[in-house]
Amino acid sequence: MSLSASIALGRRKTGERPGSRRLRRAETLTGWAFVTPATVVIGLFGAAPIIWSLIMSFQQSDQLSSSTPFVGLHNYRQMVHDPAVTSAIWHTLIYTALFVPGTMVLGLFLAVAMNRKLRFMWVYRTAAYATMAISTISEALVFIWLFDPSYGIVNYVFSLLHIPQQQFLNSPSEALYVVVVMTIWGWSGFAVVIYLAALQGIPQDLTEAAAIDGAGRWTSFWRITMPLLSPASLFLAVWLTINALQLFDEVYLSTQGGPLGATTVLVYYLYQQAFENFNFGYASAIAYLLFIVILVVTAIQFRVGRRFTYYRS
Amino acid sequence: MSAPSLAAGSVQAGRRRWPFSPWHLVLIPATIVLLFPFVWLIVTSLETSSEALRFPPDLTPHVIRLRNYPDAFNAAPFGRFFLNSAIVALTTVVCNLVLCAAAGYAFARFRFLGRTALFIVMMATLMVPFQVTMIPQFLITKWIGVNLLAGVGIGHIGALILPNAATAFGVFFLRQFFRTLPIEYEDAARVDGANRLMVLWKVVLPLSAPALATLAALTFLDSWNNFLWPLIAINSTAASTLPLGLATFQGAHSTEWPLLMAGNVMSLAPMMIVFLIAQRYFVRSVAATGLSGI
Repeated sequence: MSLSASIALGRRKTGERPGSRRLRRAETLTGWAFVTPATVVIGLFGAAPIIWSLIMSFQQSDQLSSSTPFVGLHNYRQMVHDPAVTSAIWHTLIYTALFVPGTMVLGLFLAVAMNRKLRFMWVYRTAAYATMAISTISEALVFIWLFDPSYGIVNYVFSLLHIPQQQFLNSPSEALYVVVVMTIWGWSGFAVVIYLAALQGIPQDLTEAAAIDGAGRWTSFWRITMPLLSPASLFLAVWLTINALQLFDEVYLSTQGGPLGATTVLVYYLYQQAFENFNFGYASAIAYLLFIVILVVTAIQFRVGRRFTYYRS
Repeated sequence: MSAPSLAAGSVQAGRRRWPFSPWHLVLIPATIVLLFPFVWLIVTSLETSSEALRFPPDLTPHVIRLRNYPDAFNAAPFGRFFLNSAIVALTTVVCNLVLCAAAGYAFARFRFLGRTALFIVMMATLMVPFQVTMIPQFLITKWIGVNLLAGVGIGHIGALILPNAATAFGVFFLRQFFRTLPIEYEDAARVDGANRLMVLWKVVLPLSAPALATLAALTFLDSWNNFLWPLIAINSTAASTLPLGLATFQGAHSTEWPLLMAGNVMSLAPMMIVFLIAQRYFVRSVAATGLSGI
């Protein structure tokens, strides 16, 4: 398929085209034939449910009766006065505020350390990447054993360091932090991959030029590397936040929202309302609250982030 | 600026040479911490119950007890879980590649009535978290299972495939890639008499191997590790996937740590092996989501 041939063919083709209405109608038919299968799936399971759950959030529904009368804003009003919702939002925000920066700092640190040619580097990188292959459930199951108050290895290490024994997941004041630690570990591989890819995209002549101009390594890192990493940082901040606000799996396996509701995050509460109490109306209202929280938080991140983000091209 | 640069250079020259890079001193402890959960998982899976319930813990097992593995295998059908996970993940990947490629190609190259509107609606669904659509998705799946096709209803593994058979992300991702391809090849093939489907199959898809591999890897990881939807949609051991089966197993044997860890090793080993073999592709795929930029 030589270039001149394809140009010639292209010309012949454009010559056929002008104004043929039948051709355009045929293209609409083919177009719809191509998109229909995906459209049916996405429409049925992605788009229609968005409307349906909005409608449900204005309905009263419970296990006992099959009728679902419209109750206006009742579910939303109930939500505002529900102390469980307030504390669930609070737990979710605390978790997010610790998990996102924690993962980003760890990921950046590891990626900078791994962005060089060294012996055994493949071992280090594989170890970091391996956390990406582990499911949230496997991860949580390992960590509840590591942090077991009676027989866990972490309390053993604490005893060696003369730190008092902790109750960890059994303690209302510590459980959420243990969940933070396990999820940071679980996401560290992802953060390393993103930062390492961004670091490898930085042309070396920039840092070399800075060195010639007298910048030390530290200055060059803060003034050259960090600004060039800012798109990756913004991506990670947004991506990790969206995931953090939807935390569920680890909480379900390790604490079931306890002890004393200390780890009941928004999605866990939503799950309880929907699939333990079968209170679909109220759960839908909570889902929309979650949606709004995600929208607001990511909008703020973009607003603030854009100001500190430097795009080279 | 020239004076400080000289000073910096002399500091550089005066620096003590290490026999090895000092970065190893950072990387070795970091790697030990990252790998420790995996190591401890395997060590515990080879202990007896009484060894595991000992404080201070023994850092190495006295006897390597492989019995935990067949015991866990008998206590819960991990083979079945694995098979279910594999069927669900592979089918989901194939469906996504086919449906998203077809739709993505139409959005990239055809001009048809309603294209823009449909595309905007599809992209809007991308912003909505799963929790918003989860309850109606449950009700729709239930309805389909009762009225249309039992195999994709609640309680069957088909319920894990159908709702994820095509994703707005996949359509968008492939559309973006297709638009970067030179259109001349496609025009030439069309003039030679190929229809749209043949152009997609014979010309476009062979040129899109990297994008298809990326979408396949991401879809596979998502499907394999998904927990919340199987938790809602599946209610039997026979139809459980690995994460769901493992969670049920944990509920039934909550303090039998060696047994739990043996089950956990069996659950994560297949994915770990695939990941280690195809590490480069997985890493490249994940990096691609980040580099696609915001």
